[in-house]
Amino acid sequence: MGHLSYEESKKLAVKGLSILAVVTISEVLIALLGNGHLIEGFRLSHWVMYPVMILLSLYKAYFIVYNFMHLGFEVKGLRLSVLMPVTLLIWGIIAFLQDGYTWGKRRHDLTKQKTEMVKQVTPPSQEH
Amino acid sequence: MKDMATDSGVVNTQENLWEGGKSPFKASYGKLMMWYFLLSDAFTFAGFLIAYGALRFSSDIWPTPDFVFSTAPFGIEKAPLIFVTFMTFVLIASSVTMVRAVQEGQQENKNGVVFWLLMTILGGLTFLGSQAWEWTNLIANEGVSVTTNPFSRHTEAGTYLSAEELLSAGFVEVPVAHEAEAHGVAEHEGAAAPAVYYLPQGAADIPENRYFVKADHHGEIKAGESFEKGDNYLITYNHHTHLYETAAYKTADGRIAKEAFGPKTFGALFFFITGFHGFHVFSGVLFLLIIAINAMSGLYVERRNGYEMVEKVGLYWHFVDLVWVFVFLVFYLL
Repeated sequence: MGHLSYEESKKLAVKGLSILAVVTISEVLIALLGNGHLIEGFRLSHWVMYPVMILLSLYKAYFIVYNFMHLGFEVKGLRLSVLMPVTLLIWGIIAFLQDGYTWGKRRHDLTKQKTEMVKQVTPPSQEH
Repeated sequence: MKDMATDSGVVNTQENLWEGGKSPFKASYGKLMMWYFLLSDAFTFAGFLIAYGALRFSSDIWPTPDFVFSTAPFGIEKAPLIFVTFMTFVLIASSVTMVRAVQEGQQENKNGVVFWLLMTILGGLTFLGSQAWEWTNLIANEGVSVTTNPFSRHTEAGTYLSAEELLSAGFVEVPVAHEAEAHGVAEHEGAAAPAVYYLPQGAADIPENRYFVKADHHGEIKAGESFEKGDNYLITYNHHTHLYETAAYKTADGRIAKEAFGPKTFGALFFFITGFHGFHVFSGVLFLLIIAINAMSGLYVERRNGYEMVEKVGLYWHFVDLVWVFVFLVFYLL
């Protein structure tokens, strides 16, 4: 931690512990609250829970990389050469999740089609 | 060659860059390469987690994490996500002790470095031990493996049925004793689970049509026990075949039903990805141990570079924590 004095950097470690612990505990609380474990009959929509939990996790990742791994205080060239390639993942995530979704939809349609075909060939006497 | 001859300062500096000895990124070779290794490792983990996402999106049903991960040591049950929160906290704490080790190294404080490295190793071992317990529990008690996943999305409320209730509802009893012999499995002494399964009248004897009476791991039959929608879990343990089977239950509107198994990919992905992360923790502990022994021996005192090896292994250790942030998010929270 070359940019900080020894005392300042010791404080950063304690600060890091509390920030990461508090963020993790809030994530778990959101998961438990949202899935109805904490308050009887109270649930949160996944559309609210998931983005919040993803953003909190990204904040934890940012904190670890910038402060603990010290990347925030490295030379710009080093910082960019590590961070720029990571942006490739943005498209990777979009493309593969969309692929999985389409895959699932087709499987769903195929199962439905097969069930209908089985119904058609089964004589009514054998149905129960 | 021509430029060298002109003896111009600016051009000479340009030429000298190619002779080495200067670090444009103001980082040593080792530290820089650690960064690029971690970058490539990040892509490996991202690939696995994206594969998890794609397979999950392709599946109609998916287990709910708060039901899969709801047990903890010392017989704690129905405590969703509590144990994994503890594991996460241990890993965060070990990351902070690592930060302290690096800081003491920059102060050239040998004893401080060794002390905080040993604390970090302790954290790593605690995490590994917790993960070993988690895996054992999932495999031996919950029946999750790379090929089976009893956890599904529980969409109905209901009551488990007894053998008599199934028979009076027109189901036919079929003995499974011959199956147990085929598996080479001797019958449990005093096992309370029934040595039969039940078929709907006139239905073909295929696994999809077999209904079992709900029994838990200790062979206790759970007939008559009711459960809520989303409750833990509708699969029964068959003591004769040592396999997980589908338990019969009665829904609120009087239908007799059973829940299908969850997608197999869940178990495969879970053990593969958390195993790959656990392997990183394990190798990290080994590296930390080597660095701690080296530091203890006074090797880094002689180098006078602010314990740079500690900083490099620190990068690796923080990365392991960083990956866990996303493994935790994907497997346990979402």
